[in-house]
Amino acid sequence: MIATDDPDLLPPPRRSLYQRYEALILGGSAVILALLVWEALWEAGRISPLFFTGPSQVVERFGAEWTEGRLKQDMLYSGRNFVVGVGLAISSGVVLGVVIGWYRRLAMIVEPFLTALYSTPRVALIPLVLIWFGIGMWSKVFIVFINAFFPVLINTIGGVRAIDRDLLRAARSFCASDSQIFTTVVVPGSVPFILTGVRQAVSLGLIGVVVGEMFGGSEGIGYMVNYGGQTFQTDTVFLGVVIIAFAGIVLTWLAERLERHFSRWRPER
Amino acid sequence: MSLAVADGEFVAIVGPSGCGKTTLLNIIAGLLTYDDGSVSIDGAAIRGPGVNRAVVFQHPSLLPWRTIAGNVRYGMELQKRFDDAAMRERTDGFITLVGLAGFERHYPSELSGGMQQRVNLARALASDPAVLLMDEPFAALDAQTREHMQLELLKIWSQARKTVIFITHQINEAIYLADRVAVMSPRPGRIKGVFAVPFDRPRPLALKRDPRFLEIEDAIWRTVEEQPDRLGIGGTS
Repeated sequence: MIATDDPDLLPPPRRSLYQRYEALILGGSAVILALLVWEALWEAGRISPLFFTGPSQVVERFGAEWTEGRLKQDMLYSGRNFVVGVGLAISSGVVLGVVIGWYRRLAMIVEPFLTALYSTPRVALIPLVLIWFGIGMWSKVFIVFINAFFPVLINTIGGVRAIDRDLLRAARSFCASDSQIFTTVVVPGSVPFILTGVRQAVSLGLIGVVVGEMFGGSEGIGYMVNYGGQTFQTDTVFLGVVIIAFAGIVLTWLAERLERHFSRWRPER
Repeated sequence: MSLAVADGEFVAIVGPSGCGKTTLLNIIAGLLTYDDGSVSIDGAAIRGPGVNRAVVFQHPSLLPWRTIAGNVRYGMELQKRFDDAAMRERTDGFITLVGLAGFERHYPSELSGGMQQRVNLARALASDPAVLLMDEPFAALDAQTREHMQLELLKIWSQARKTVIFITHQINEAIYLADRVAVMSPRPGRIKGVFAVPFDRPRPLALKRDPRFLEIEDAIWRTVEEQPDRLGIGGTS
């Protein structure tokens, strides 16, 4: 190939500021426009506060709840349950996933149980969780856990199974012990898969937090949304939804960053 | 079959695909067990992989999440025969020897197939084996890279002076590289003949067109072809 024909060797074409940030500019403008229209309709009194609310009302509600209400405690409560539940899910999911992925016979034995549990909508188990753990913190944590556990487990198993046999053979040829093979080939090779599981666990764990708090208990953002709905405080419901959505965006973004950071060695996908 | 390889000797084993060359190499490497017969190094029977052997695989088999330096280090790291300073020194030395100085921090996916095979070779050499086992290491490379790598391998071998067992299905590659060429036949896998290669070293690539070279190549071809159960080379197996 002649060097100048190689697109990799040509200097990158000059791109304007707009071209570089096209997605951000278009997407951002659309969001701002939608908010403006919504706010205008709200200000014009076209929206019934019983069924809907306006952006400024949500902001106002946020200020009030933050300074006078118990928003901070609720966020802390939900946040802690999320962190504990997802943390437990990731640590146990990775360990069990590596073991199940490595030992084929063990996989055959536990697979039916996993498939059954995995296919059951986790919400259906909530009454059972309440019987076991009551309505306190640990039932919430457990609901987060069962939501977040399976994506980590399933992805880790997949990652271990996708390990290149050639790499195992190379390690063995250099007299690698089983534990060396685990730490130098199996675990690092599974990391990108594990992180895909973590990303899914984060979003499913968030669902778990909210759903768990809607069933019994009297704390947390999920409870706040539920209570707001029952008492026709539409703006409180909106505030809760916005907070959850924001947490989801930030957490997913962080998980994606992490995933990309640890997948640097992979060829361009 | 029986084959003895002397210390410091470069022996190539040729034969059609499926004749068991790779199986033989894997047995010597200790990656496969054998039912009968005996395989030994310096009188000690082979029971599994050992630090006196290192394999250069047909596929580079590099850890994609490790840099080039990390991969060259890998074999030494597993075997724990060198302290950290020695490992670092050997890593640098062998990366330079295979001509990859400056690529230490690159990842394998950023390298061409030929360069990845150099890393594969450096990793094997760095672990300081007595015997280097090479399993068609250049088979996946294009013809030009392949010739270049053959030349390089001889240069490296003249410095590192290891016993080499080199598996290939290319007869001229075997003659060009080796002191002796063993011809293997399939079903049952056995050695049909061993040819000594008389050429002095260093050997220029032009040697491949020398009449004496072609004569040996011809003789080996005839030995390969006179197998009763085959209709010639390159068939399915």
